Amino acid sequence: MKIYDGGKILVGLIIFIALFASPFYLNMGKAVAKPELKFDTPEIQQMEKETGKKQCVEPKEFMRAEHMQILNNWRDEVIRSGNRDEIVILGHKYDKSLQNGCMKCHSNKKDFCDKCHNYMAVQPYCWRCHIAPKEKQS
Amino acid sequence: MPYSAKGETVMSMNRREFLKIAGVSTIAGLGGTAVFSHLGKNSLEAVQTSPNTDALTGKQWGMVIDMDKLKSEETIKKVTEACHRIHNVPDFGNPKDEVKWIWTETFEHSFPGQEHKYMSEDMMHKPFLLLCNHCTDPACVRVCPTKATFKRKDGIVMQDMHRCIGCRFCMAACPFGARSFNYRDPRGKDANGNPFIKEENKEYPTRMIGVVEKCTFCVERIEKGLKPACVEESNGALVFGDIDDPASEIRRILNSQYTIRRKPELGTGPNIYYIIGGNDYAVVPEIR
Repeated sequence: MKIYDGGKILVGLIIFIALFASPFYLNMGKAVAKPELKFDTPEIQQMEKETGKKQCVEPKEFMRAEHMQILNNWRDEVIRSGNRDEIVILGHKYDKSLQNGCMKCHSNKKDFCDKCHNYMAVQPYCWRCHIAPKEKQS
Repeated sequence: MPYSAKGETVMSMNRREFLKIAGVSTIAGLGGTAVFSHLGKNSLEAVQTSPNTDALTGKQWGMVIDMDKLKSEETIKKVTEACHRIHNVPDFGNPKDEVKWIWTETFEHSFPGQEHKYMSEDMMHKPFLLLCNHCTDPACVRVCPTKATFKRKDGIVMQDMHRCIGCRFCMAACPFGARSFNYRDPRGKDANGNPFIKEENKEYPTRMIGVVEKCTFCVERIEKGLKPACVEESNGALVFGDIDDPASEIRRILNSQYTIRRKPELGTGPNIYYIIGGNDYAVVPEIR
């Protein structure tokens, strides 16, 4: 069997494969830094000063995996059922709300929400309506 | 055979005992697994909540608008601006794209069919304050394909922005024009670079392009024990209360005054009542 213009095709193929695979071999062995979230907003520091603890509604691991479920549940409870019971953490009351609850402590959206969401390439549309607080850092 | 020839039991257990043991072990089995699964979940801290006891409660919120007391343009402006400010209602500066929760209209447009040509000039042209009627049988709720708009237990017709797909069926269904569509991004800016929402209320969300919005009877304030913002700003011209409660202030007013509603003939059961009032034979033109 004879391939017409075989040389050109082969060279073309090699170039194509090289380009196509370039992201893989260029990034080989390089680990992208894991996102490090910051839990040191003035509000959280205040909490630590007052109570000696940093505490969210659930343990860290659970929040990391399931915060979206919690937010969805809260949304349904507040809007659909009109259940606005407040969340109590270490004696402090918080609204069952993203904008008026979570973000009251985590007032660092860029170093908290966005860091992970960008790393995971997820684009939740919370902030198209909810207003993010003024960015605060320690 | 459970019995031997002599009639004594051979098996160590008779039927009654067997059933007892079976029953007990079934219960233990069912209950037992529950206990174990609970033990597993114990690693989670139970979220502590404190019940919200501040909320105003009612079965059907309603409002009386006393046009006799709502005479100054200033009060009307104060009322509408307060509402639009705290709810981040955008001002697109263009009647076609207008988003409104509370607004004014002439008598003819508010109560079509009730006007007549001998009405006083004043009545003809004075602005009537309009808002969502939080109907007893709302047409918008019936047509919403995603149940984004629904009726709460306290009678408020609520809009769940998370579910709204912007089909605008509700806008077609609502006979009161109480619903507005976000044709443009409310977070955007006009040609001169001025934001559509002049001053954001950080405690309340905005909306996004492509959803329908309307008055919520200030549900977020009612849940905190406050009356709607318009009522608070109205100097007593707007009275808010539970229409279902015979002892409420609003019922006392409805009992003692003649009130009308917008388009009651359509059967949606609007819950905003108007005291029209008027001038006591004030300007009778002289007959020649």
